[in-house]
Amino acid sequence: MKECVGMLLAGGEGKRLGALTHHGAKPAVPFGGKYRIIDFTLSNCTNSGIQTLGVLTQYSPLELNKHIGNGNPWDMDRQSGGVTVLPPYTGKTGGDWYSGTADAIYQNIHFINQYDPEYVLVISGDHIYQMDYLKMLEQHKETEADTTVSVIEVPWEEASRFGVLSVSDNMRIYEFEEKPKTPQSNLASMGIYIFTWEKLKAYLVDDAHNKASSHDFGKDIIPTMLHNNRRLFAYHFSGYWKDVGTIQSYWEANMDLLHEKSGLYLNDKNWRIYTNDSNLPPQYIGQQATVSNSLINSGCFVYGNIENSVLFKNVRVEEGSTIKQSIIHPEATIAANCILERVIVMENTMIPEGTIIQRGEYEEPLVINEDILGAMLTPAGGDK
Amino acid sequence: MTSLMGLINLDHEHSVFNELSYFRSSASLPFGGRYRMIDFALSNMVNSNISEVAIFVRNKYRSLLDHIGTGENWELDRRNGGLFILPPDWNDPTDRSQGDLRFFHNNRDYFHRSKSKYVLISGSQFISNTDYKNAFAFHLDRKADVTLITTDVGEVQPEHYPYFRIEADGSDWVTNITNDQKNSELFTGVYIINKDLLMNLVDTCIAYNKDHFFECGIKDKLSEINVQKYKHEGYSAFVNTIESFYKQNMNLLKEENYRDLFFNNNFVRTKISNNPPVKYFEQAVVNHSLLANGCVIDGTVEGSMLFRGVNVKKGATIKNSIIMQRCTIEEGVYLENVILDKDVHVTRNQKIIGSKEKPYVVAKRQVI
Repeated sequence: MKECVGMLLAGGEGKRLGALTHHGAKPAVPFGGKYRIIDFTLSNCTNSGIQTLGVLTQYSPLELNKHIGNGNPWDMDRQSGGVTVLPPYTGKTGGDWYSGTADAIYQNIHFINQYDPEYVLVISGDHIYQMDYLKMLEQHKETEADTTVSVIEVPWEEASRFGVLSVSDNMRIYEFEEKPKTPQSNLASMGIYIFTWEKLKAYLVDDAHNKASSHDFGKDIIPTMLHNNRRLFAYHFSGYWKDVGTIQSYWEANMDLLHEKSGLYLNDKNWRIYTNDSNLPPQYIGQQATVSNSLINSGCFVYGNIENSVLFKNVRVEEGSTIKQSIIHPEATIAANCILERVIVMENTMIPEGTIIQRGEYEEPLVINEDILGAMLTPAGGDK
Repeated sequence: MTSLMGLINLDHEHSVFNELSYFRSSASLPFGGRYRMIDFALSNMVNSNISEVAIFVRNKYRSLLDHIGTGENWELDRRNGGLFILPPDWNDPTDRSQGDLRFFHNNRDYFHRSKSKYVLISGSQFISNTDYKNAFAFHLDRKADVTLITTDVGEVQPEHYPYFRIEADGSDWVTNITNDQKNSELFTGVYIINKDLLMNLVDTCIAYNKDHFFECGIKDKLSEINVQKYKHEGYSAFVNTIESFYKQNMNLLKEENYRDLFFNNNFVRTKISNNPPVKYFEQAVVNHSLLANGCVIDGTVEGSMLFRGVNVKKGATIKNSIIMQRCTIEEGVYLENVILDKDVHVTRNQKIIGSKEKPYVVAKRQVI
């Protein structure tokens, strides 16, 4: 028996990330110079002592499956428990895609039941944050809650973009509104839930039989529980948390790594972020290079100027090139005398000599891959 | 079966690295920004399709055990074969063997159990990136008993003095093994030998009360067995003193050498430690340097090699130095021609300058 089983939702496509998710699911998008987005939640589980985890995949899962493997980088290669990847499946009575977050858990009730847990932690693989789930579980037990929802204070003017919770003095939730026009609270749900498993199971079964339901935790399960006057509590998290759902927020979260004030910090020995390490040689910084306020991974060769940027493994930046406020994914090459500002260069892209791409301060950063670059460099009509 | 098994014999390797080898054998001396010396021998073996490797270790092997562990990082955690670290553990009351022959005698089962009929033997002080597939094909083709891997060092340097020199006829048949300092063709310490012959020679050497397998079994038997040589081309380095250690690490700052050792051939493996990418702050000035992950840089680093997790504070300057894992260099420090072993803490405004010929060495975990 396991006290708490984690269920990590990693099936999302992340449409608003554009070209970044054309070939892989959002949780597998490279982040922070050597990680993938999902590494933050996987490592949170490791560091919180959650050793039994189901990862629910659906959209384009090849990279994600390969990345997770047997869970070794996260100490989840266990004889009992450990990590299990849970794709949609067919059985005797047919089968279907996961139609919502709650449906994904419903279809895997048998997975959770094998461990006979007291509690189930439901998290999603597309948020960047460092959080000890055990503290949240402790509060869940103390308050004898049926459900605990982790919340974070957001600026009032942004509250209408989130699922917002109203709580009484003892943090008991009395109202939940998804993206309200006039928010009653600035406590936003982080999409992190702890449920008492017996209670949740009943709701999942009911919800699965409700044809009108969209089978979503935020839209269906939580409101129904509230309506039934269940014990729902909010867990107040203060620290860095970001939903990297758009190109803008993906870029911002990477830039936040460069500023310690943001609260996002990779060098914390007590809260390491783990990933598949590619075991590459140290980075080579050339004679003429200048590097400031940046993150650079192993295997890179840098001869140009790097400012406020994030370079993944095996990136090569030639002499005379300047890279500012940009994110360069693995194996990309920036030839000589280029200027790149506020761009995201995707894996294996070769930027030819003399290329200049600069995005304005208020524009969304530009994602570049070979195709996009080809279209940019051959002007329509071919009249140049 | 025409396959190789591996043996890394550290018994006759002297650790003459002063402060750097107080607590470790030269095999586990950090090298190349994030590696240990033994990584090159191990990786070369794995890259030669060798799936079982034994290591003979006599003393100061704690750090080696910590580094190698199960062999997982070299993909040597196998169901069949894999990694065997063999410290001195002698329990045969009839045993009268000496020197490294004692290792061979007491670990006969390692050789007997394997299906491989050929053994690749190596030390750890010859640094190169090569697979021995071609040398092995040569060994089979020549129907040799022993094939010695040699390299031509061009100009003989002090670090080359202790190594045997190889003389051969025009068809690579070894005619003499000498100490002729004028000969620039050195024996690298790497050789391929037929397993049955190896076991026979071990018995003979023990019968004659010898204490050194290579000298007794091969050098002295040159007229009786078919010994060939195979010349290694490309980057190589012999590291056996502080001076050669410093020189060879600094040589890697030349991009050409660095590429030759790490990028142009096979993949060199080492222990993974899961450090984040290097973080450069606003005040960082870094050029002509190699930096491993986990470093946090807010000062000046020129012509230097920084191992994993080094912290360089604001206003500190590091020139032509080798800084090993997890050192902290506080504000205002000036280091030039210095080697800091692991976990050294240099306090504010310290100034340490060594010379290029004799770098200043600080032992592990010192606070200065």
